[in-house]
Amino acid sequence: MKVKTIALFAAAVASAAVSGSVLAQAKEQFIGLPSYRVGPYAAGGSGIYGGWIDYMTLVNERDGGINGVKLTWEECETEYNNARGVECYERLKKKGATGNTTFQPLSTGITYSVLDKVAQDKIPMVTIGYGRTDAADGRVFPWVFPMITTYWSQATGMVKYIGQKEGGLDKLKGKKIVYLYHDSAFGKEGIPVLEKQAAKHGFNLKTIPVAHPGNEQQSQWLTIRQERPDWVILWGWGVMNPTALKAAAKTGFPREKMVGVWWSGAEEDTVPAGDAAKGFTAAGFNVAGTNYPVVKAIQDNVYKKNKGNMEDKSRVGSVYYNRGVVHGIITVEAIRVAQEKFGKGKPLTAEQARWGFEHLHIDAKRLKELGAEGFMPDLAITCADHEGSGKVKFQQWDGKAWKVVSDWVDADKDMVRPMIEESAGKYAKEKGITPRDCSKEG
Amino acid sequence: MQFFFEVLIGGLLSGVMYSFVALGFVMIYKASGVFNFAQGAMVFFAALTFVGFQEMGAPFWLALILAFGAMVLLGIATERIVLRPLVNQPHITLFMATIGLTFFVEGLAQGIWGSTVRGLDLGIQDEPIEWIMDKAGILVSSFDLFAAGVAAALVTLLALFFQYTRVGRALRAVADDHQAALSIGIPLQNIWRIVWAVAGFVALVAGLLWGARNGVQFALTFTALKALPVLILGGFTSVPGAIVGGLIIGSTEKLAEVYLGGYVGGGIDSWFPYVMALAFLLIRPEGLFGEKHIDRV
Repeated sequence: MKVKTIALFAAAVASAAVSGSVLAQAKEQFIGLPSYRVGPYAAGGSGIYGGWIDYMTLVNERDGGINGVKLTWEECETEYNNARGVECYERLKKKGATGNTTFQPLSTGITYSVLDKVAQDKIPMVTIGYGRTDAADGRVFPWVFPMITTYWSQATGMVKYIGQKEGGLDKLKGKKIVYLYHDSAFGKEGIPVLEKQAAKHGFNLKTIPVAHPGNEQQSQWLTIRQERPDWVILWGWGVMNPTALKAAAKTGFPREKMVGVWWSGAEEDTVPAGDAAKGFTAAGFNVAGTNYPVVKAIQDNVYKKNKGNMEDKSRVGSVYYNRGVVHGIITVEAIRVAQEKFGKGKPLTAEQARWGFEHLHIDAKRLKELGAEGFMPDLAITCADHEGSGKVKFQQWDGKAWKVVSDWVDADKDMVRPMIEESAGKYAKEKGITPRDCSKEG
Repeated sequence: MQFFFEVLIGGLLSGVMYSFVALGFVMIYKASGVFNFAQGAMVFFAALTFVGFQEMGAPFWLALILAFGAMVLLGIATERIVLRPLVNQPHITLFMATIGLTFFVEGLAQGIWGSTVRGLDLGIQDEPIEWIMDKAGILVSSFDLFAAGVAAALVTLLALFFQYTRVGRALRAVADDHQAALSIGIPLQNIWRIVWAVAGFVALVAGLLWGARNGVQFALTFTALKALPVLILGGFTSVPGAIVGGLIIGSTEKLAEVYLGGYVGGGIDSWFPYVMALAFLLIRPEGLFGEKHIDRV
């Protein structure tokens, strides 16, 4: 009898412990982070994932999570390698009480590698400022969200900015713009839309490729010197950027006439170039600096408690770090929106989170509440439009820091959206996908 | 014609930068017959260590000495842990070991010093020299000329070391035949330690120059890719060959990019040197200055 009582008591304790742990688990939302902190892309990866983790820590520490649901996460090192990215995707997808909420690989290559998988597994993939441009057509790509700005939108924004500097888009007629690009799928992405922009605005476009990794550009810059362009659009990555800036200085091309893509516009691109980077301008969907309430909140609530993710605290507020904060804001806000529909304070499945991403509206008022006014553009995702914004700001390197030199510049949507739809339509045809009827989506 | 010379001179000076990395390969290959795949990673490790010590407050010369010390330690550790257990193994085994070493050194460098991209200022402007610009209308960078001067000094030093010192002769003996060198009392382990230390020094010089130009970042490991065609052309065992090979590769790739690139979509300077080196292999497999290999049948 005594043995039986002890056994029953032990079973009750065990059961309580198990149900307690399930309850504890049930109040958590898991986010798998396919990060890269070693290898050639580590500088970008450590900054962006660091900023993202810090923002999630802020939400947990300051707000107690999202309506009481704590955010949990686990990193998986991809080294920016496609095979490892797929491995991380598989490893992370079933972690946490409700599985992985979202997959954000920060790599166009990994994005392409798991494009079909996310649709099969029903996990939303968010590719902010990179990835497959035509995935902005949510009717064809319901599980992919190339949010804020695609490469095509950004390219048209750059032309607009150059037009502003010339005194109007009509002044671009007869001007010569060199497109110096990383000779890869990423680099070639800008060409079709810039060719259309050249035809529309009447400027001459000269495309010059730079072979990977781009640590030698003597011949390209001697060619540029011969071409005598009015502007150079730098569509570079990694070492290609400081090398281009140094080579521009060597050939006497003014850096004030160079505009970079957002992969060219971080401190990691300008600091190694030293004085040669002064005056260089780059586009971005977030700005640098610590002078924003959201960054200050991270410093106060996370770093003062020694819970920050960045080993080098001076990188807090850098372009890459702040980009990570944008990733954090978007992820958290999407979960918040989805909770409104599926139950406040309840952990979500990835499928429910997808609904949140597709109904994400961050307007000026919400940006202010988040402490991110001027920090990132407002955005409104819909069933058909998974980009939701298309806006970029331009920052200029003054030799020590990035300074904002423009307001949000909108994309040439009249040109970009039909291109997206045409490309997505072709993809749908190839894959036998019937585009969703957005009028029937809830 | 002026533009042609500008491209040519620019190419020759770029070639000198490739030669720095190629020299490190030559050092190790001469002494051990091993193609050291980790040379690019050593360039990265050396530059990052130098900048790391500078960030800790060390002045230039102290940082240089400390970084060289780190390279010597790396060389000793490589000999003790990687090479010694593989003595008399086929060369392909040693080559594979250096591939493993590459990943280790890359990870070690980022593990110790972090992954942040750093600038490196050697105090030499990478801008055109005005009087050459005024007289000839050709852009020649003062930094490129400085690099050429350093290369000349380094090659002279290494050539003297190999030809006229006891250690240099021993190095050549070891390169010819490990067993034979051991049998006449040449201490193989010591020789390998010395040669890895010298290769480390060459990597440090290369890392400082490439780092000053493009920043100290992971991409420094890619400089090895530029050195391979130089080695094929100049020969794996020749110090002057590394320089001449660098000059040929540097100038032809630039001329090819400018004058032929437009016909094939551009960006050919990444593969053109390899095509040229392969074509050269068909005519002279041992390279311009390499030792002719004769086997007894």
